[in-house]
Amino acid sequence: MKEKLVKKSPGAKQEPASADAVLPRLGFVGMLRWAWRQLTSMRNALLLLLLLAVAAVPGSLFPQRSSAASSVTQYLANHPTSGPILDWFKLFDVYSSPWFAAIYLLLFTSLVGCVLPRAKIHFKAMRSAPPRTPKRLSRLAEYGTVEIPAESGISAETAVHDAAAVLKSRGYRVDVRDLDTDRPSVGAEIGFLKEVGNLVFHISILGVLAAVAYSGLAGYSGQRVLVEGETFVNSIVGYDTFTPGAYFNENRLSPYSLQLDKLAVKYDRESPGHYGQPIDFTATLTTKDGAGAAPKSQILKVNDPVSMGGTNVYLVGNGYAPVVTVKDGKGNVAYQGPVVTIPTDGAYTSLLVIKVPDAKPNQLGFVGFFLPTALVDDKGVAYGSDPDPFNPQLNLNAYTGDLGLDNGVPRNVYTLDTAKLKQINGRDMAAGGIVLAPGQSYTLPEGNGTISFDGIKRFAALDIRNDPGQIYVLVFAVLALGGLMGSLFLNRRRVWIRTGSHPDGRTMVEFGLLARGEDHRLAGESRALDKALHTKWLVPLPSAVEDGTQDKSYKKTRKDQSDTETGITMASKDQ
Amino acid sequence: MPAINEGLGMLSEQFMLMAGLAYAVAFCAYAWDLVTYSKAAKAGLAAAESGAGMEENKHQLVAAGSAGLGASNAELGLGAGPQDRAVRPSSKTHTSDDGITAGDSMRYGTEKRVVARVAVALTIVAACVHAMAVVFRGMAAGRVPWGNMYEFCTTGGLAVALVFLLVLTRRDLRFLGTFVIGLVLVMLTAASVAFWTPVGHLVPALQSYWLVIHVSIAVLSSALFTLTFAMSVLQLVQARREASIASGKKDKALVMRLVPNALSLENMSYRINGIAFVGWTLTLMFGAIWAEKAWGRFWGWDTKEVWTFVIWVVFASYLHARATRGWTGTRAAWLSIVGYLCVVFNFTIVNVYFSGLHSYAGVGGS
Repeated sequence: MKEKLVKKSPGAKQEPASADAVLPRLGFVGMLRWAWRQLTSMRNALLLLLLLAVAAVPGSLFPQRSSAASSVTQYLANHPTSGPILDWFKLFDVYSSPWFAAIYLLLFTSLVGCVLPRAKIHFKAMRSAPPRTPKRLSRLAEYGTVEIPAESGISAETAVHDAAAVLKSRGYRVDVRDLDTDRPSVGAEIGFLKEVGNLVFHISILGVLAAVAYSGLAGYSGQRVLVEGETFVNSIVGYDTFTPGAYFNENRLSPYSLQLDKLAVKYDRESPGHYGQPIDFTATLTTKDGAGAAPKSQILKVNDPVSMGGTNVYLVGNGYAPVVTVKDGKGNVAYQGPVVTIPTDGAYTSLLVIKVPDAKPNQLGFVGFFLPTALVDDKGVAYGSDPDPFNPQLNLNAYTGDLGLDNGVPRNVYTLDTAKLKQINGRDMAAGGIVLAPGQSYTLPEGNGTISFDGIKRFAALDIRNDPGQIYVLVFAVLALGGLMGSLFLNRRRVWIRTGSHPDGRTMVEFGLLARGEDHRLAGESRALDKALHTKWLVPLPSAVEDGTQDKSYKKTRKDQSDTETGITMASKDQ
Repeated sequence: MPAINEGLGMLSEQFMLMAGLAYAVAFCAYAWDLVTYSKAAKAGLAAAESGAGMEENKHQLVAAGSAGLGASNAELGLGAGPQDRAVRPSSKTHTSDDGITAGDSMRYGTEKRVVARVAVALTIVAACVHAMAVVFRGMAAGRVPWGNMYEFCTTGGLAVALVFLLVLTRRDLRFLGTFVIGLVLVMLTAASVAFWTPVGHLVPALQSYWLVIHVSIAVLSSALFTLTFAMSVLQLVQARREASIASGKKDKALVMRLVPNALSLENMSYRINGIAFVGWTLTLMFGAIWAEKAWGRFWGWDTKEVWTFVIWVVFASYLHARATRGWTGTRAAWLSIVGYLCVVFNFTIVNVYFSGLHSYAGVGGS
């Protein structure tokens, strides 16, 4: 396709120019080349970078499905007009949206288009000799001279070799030239790692992106709420929710198990300003690597995950699970066990729903809240005042009717649709609400049975993750950091030293330094080189600066000069 | 977990107040110095114009002799602003006081600026008291004092003051004092008025050694960004002033005489921003490592993560802008300013008003 068009384009060029055709025609390939040049230009890369920053912002303004799916649902419910429009623009999925992807893919294409040619140029530069010695070294940013006295017997040629040795010992790549003339010189260059660092940084950023993508494809994650005494077995059915990556298969789940023995929670009881704030969550687990393995006791804390079977297990949430027993109208136990609640505030005011589809003759449902430390306000409404169970209380409303669980439609266990149910008691009804302390039980009206509050357990919300890609993300990030530091803090410099013999027998040496790119330490390097050369030939340093014979203003100016002057740079390629 | 020491906490707050007062006096001294010294500089300039400019010329000549490129010093004097592409990105500008802007070296001649010395001394005293206040706060809580916004803000202010004093030992940045110490004052006031929180234990999510690593490097980078923010603002003002003087208008902002020329400011803030950008990269990386430990994923586009990323990209743009034709100078300065405003936004608005996993502000919560 491309070749064909290339063959065609010369013909296009030979078209006779019509009177009003002023612009030369680009042709398709020319257009492509133009587009590529535009894309890889520094200016557009910069604009794309700024665009990326701007594009990331909406993700912090609107709730995102990836991190807070329920807030998105809530937002859509609250904003029936604007919500769907925002949704159409993918503002609830910013980071997986086509437009966000377009920006970073263009940016990375631009990056590749910039980095590859630069790498090629730099590879060549590293293998070629330093450029030829400029005619007038005194025009360079830093310049100095050394006069070797005649009696030391060092010829111009020896001096240039000495100078090359000095430069080499300072880490320069050197090239001695013009030995057959009476003005031999040495060209030297240092700091290739600066550009290498720059390239490593940009390539590593690509690596980070690739590793993040791999991490999303190869890993898996899931959540599980575990009440004290319960056991989680690492299989798909063991999870409450499970999110596999594209490369996931079930054989990768190692069949370990873990039992939550106890979740200990400690609250701040000493500082008045933070009274009741949690200060420690410690879960004690009994883990087994496989079905027949020996049990092991392990501690799981926030910030301290447990590693098992290629996964990490994190403690991400906790709450109360009151243990209740519901007996139906016939006196049979229809439900018994802990009920996981949803804590809503710092005092653990926890919402709960109990569904008892097995109750006969009528199915039963309960909606209410659990308070670890209940107080009653002057209107008679109970409220939670402390996260610790000092005065635990269960407040429930009961419903009868078809709970809708029998037709196989999946339902959220934490909500009960009461629209089609018949309420049989509540705070505003004649029968009153159900208020239970541990050990108490309540007889439901109309012969619907009883409910008793037997005790309190705690639950732990666990995140279980396998992410084989994240180590590569780290590796590339560290490489990028190293490259960044190299490119910012190393300096690329060129030095030339030329020698010649004075008719009176002295050997004259002059040197000049040039920085490529910004280099505020060039003057320092010049001074160091000056000193090294003088030491090499045992020539005393000119003492004008040190002996104080000059007037004050001269001295001051010299000092200012040497401190602040840095190299005039050659325009670098990308400018 | 060691017990909370309320007495030490009270002491810390008293010290914080004392530090704030000392900073306030130092701030006034810096401002006074800026005004009086620029007046003195004006007087000096008038003297130089009336024929006593020999000394000045001598400087130039000697400078010309001592460096191969001396001849261009005169040309570089004023036209060396960012608008002059030919000399960028070299940091060579004029070397000494030319009566219009301060020299690139920021060495202001031999005159003693008594008021400025007092201001620096006061800053040192204030920083010492401030440091004690921060240390007492940490001792009172039995941990590093970086657990809520009050503590971030007071420690951040201390970091800014210390970094400023540290840079003062290398460069005479006293002209920045009004600005920098002003910002420290703003931080201390915000901490005491808006973000005040009593001493307390850390919530479990913050109980990690990563708190020390991640927050310290974030605070340090932010302190450096604060310095460059001040420089970039001055750079914009100075660039305007240079352009207006070059076009023959009267110099209206004499105070700016004490400030180096725009190009020197740009070069120095570029160097500091380079270091701060590496610091911010580390903040991002350490944050990701900690997030993996605490929340089970290294990156989840949490609001705080988003803004940390945005700041990183803005400063990456700034570094690129310095190598892009047409984007150096004023535009780069604007990017640096926007980046710092993002840092401030990330610390204040995002912490307080945006919901996310980083909601440790301790402000107005239950």
